[in-house]
Amino acid sequence: MSDEQRRKERLDRGIKIRSDSLYAIMSWRELAYLTAPRFLLIAGILLLPLLVPGMYWQRVVSVVCIYALLALSFDLMAHYVGLVSLGGAFFIGTGGYISAMLNTSLGVPPLLAIFIAALLGGVICTVLLLPCLPLRGVYFAIVTLMYPLFLARVIEALDIFGGTDGIMGVESFPNRWVEQYFVIAMVLLFLFGLRRLVNTDLGLVLRAVMDNDQAVKASGMSVALFKGLAVFIASGIGCLAGACIVHIYMWSGISLFALDFSILPIAATVIGGGGTLVGPVIGCFILVPVSELLREFGTLRIVCYSIILMAFVVFRSEGIMNYGRRKYHQFERWVKV
Amino acid sequence: MDILIYGTINSVSLALMALGFALVYGISRVANFAHGALYVVTGFLTWSLFKGAGLNYALSIALAMLFTGLIGALIYQFFLIRVRGMAISEIIASYAIGLAILEGFRWGGFKGMTYTLPPFVEGSMVLAGTPVDYHRLLVVLIGFGVVAFLWAFTHYSRIGLALRGMAQDERAALMLGIDSDLMAVVAMAFGSMLAGLSAVVLLPLGNIVVEKGYDVLIQAIAVCIVGGLGSWFGAVVAAFIIGFAQIVTVVWWGAHFQMVVALLAIIFTLVLRPSGLFGRQKELEERV
Repeated sequence: MSDEQRRKERLDRGIKIRSDSLYAIMSWRELAYLTAPRFLLIAGILLLPLLVPGMYWQRVVSVVCIYALLALSFDLMAHYVGLVSLGGAFFIGTGGYISAMLNTSLGVPPLLAIFIAALLGGVICTVLLLPCLPLRGVYFAIVTLMYPLFLARVIEALDIFGGTDGIMGVESFPNRWVEQYFVIAMVLLFLFGLRRLVNTDLGLVLRAVMDNDQAVKASGMSVALFKGLAVFIASGIGCLAGACIVHIYMWSGISLFALDFSILPIAATVIGGGGTLVGPVIGCFILVPVSELLREFGTLRIVCYSIILMAFVVFRSEGIMNYGRRKYHQFERWVKV
Repeated sequence: MDILIYGTINSVSLALMALGFALVYGISRVANFAHGALYVVTGFLTWSLFKGAGLNYALSIALAMLFTGLIGALIYQFFLIRVRGMAISEIIASYAIGLAILEGFRWGGFKGMTYTLPPFVEGSMVLAGTPVDYHRLLVVLIGFGVVAFLWAFTHYSRIGLALRGMAQDERAALMLGIDSDLMAVVAMAFGSMLAGLSAVVLLPLGNIVVEKGYDVLIQAIAVCIVGGLGSWFGAVVAAFIIGFAQIVTVVWWGAHFQMVVALLAIIFTLVLRPSGLFGRQKELEERV
């Protein structure tokens, strides 16, 4: 018959079911099935600085890691708490300026200044964002988009923190290997840390806040408290990234509030696959080098990644990681209806 | 007196910038973040038709506006319609489109001080002790004309009534035979043409630069949010509030603060009263 209809059926692979529970340890194959992707990722990232040619691309790896941290913080807020923040630059700027000021005026060594900036910046960002937390969806997105623009204009208009010149003479990392492996360690730490976190009870509550905040309220938990906590974690990670970038470039200025820092992590998350936490990191490892390759074409790279972003949002919204995970765990076949 | 005159001019300019954004959001609930890009597109199109191809000024303006409307309709028909209803995807997608257009222009060499349009009417006059050029007065007139036209259009023409019906209750509109997808495309084309109109009216006052696209977007958002998203009347009132606030701060503190006022207005309105002065959304929908 010609009007015979087919549909695609997806079934879990046998090995996935076997390795779901304690039976995972019964053979090397199951163990490898579980650990191989993770091991590949960790080994790949750790070896990357040794494999890339030259100092320039090593610097690119550091920048990739900065964006990866930001993308992680975006993914946590957007897909686990339901707060879509378009203001990654806000976190970068806050963390960057704090770290730069600690370093230049108080003489705090970079590695210490970065951690202080992350904590302090996290607190400041959370306090500043606190009034907007009850907002939802579009409204929160617009308000967070405005924050970095606003701060940049205020710094420009009031001529504080070095005004348009920025803060010069920020100390760099002791050497470039420390710089490389510090940011890489931070990415891996937060990647796996956040994966743990979202599977704990706290992660459950956060997802509940996203899906049904009335239910969270009815259970006697404070929505604002948990949102605040999530924003603190996310903005702390963002500020850490900002502090790192200040010490990498040895300079802090208004360009820290640039739109790049808000858009690229979102693009990476969309491409990599939202809600997976690994996806955004992979997205950064694809997007940032591509935009580095296009650097000589000037702003064409922004055109490029906005088109990629738009295409993914409109046509392939699941992202690479969700697609890959499906292929890895399941097989597909056509069945007659 | 300075403040009164220039405040009015500034407010009308803001209203012109924001009306297109408010129209699209009010009807199809799409926050069109490519608004600023469409503004700049019209500017450059008019310039290329007028200076590049040597057409008549009025003709090139009309063609550029039509073309911008077409671009808006195409953007909606081919991209935004697929993510309709997913607010965040809409914002990201339209913002990406806008970014691509603006940065594409920058890459294509449209930058610097060379791109200017001549004012409609040369010359200036002294109004109550303040020098004002004719073009700025014309801006005010056109602004009022556009608001009046929009009001008449949405109250008396079939398409306008259909658009208003869709904005109020999409299901009921569908039941009465109004094709909501088609109307959304029409609204988007209309909004883009309004962006284009504001561009050709306001751009002769300065240079055509890519950065304008971002500024226009922010100011349009500021006006629409303060007035309440989706409310046209609110947008006009808010344009006057923000317009005068900007001029007052510029006179007292300096030109740097013009944008700060717009941004502050957005943040404060969203924090204190997200539905704006005249918004019709229910409080519960937008905040917990």
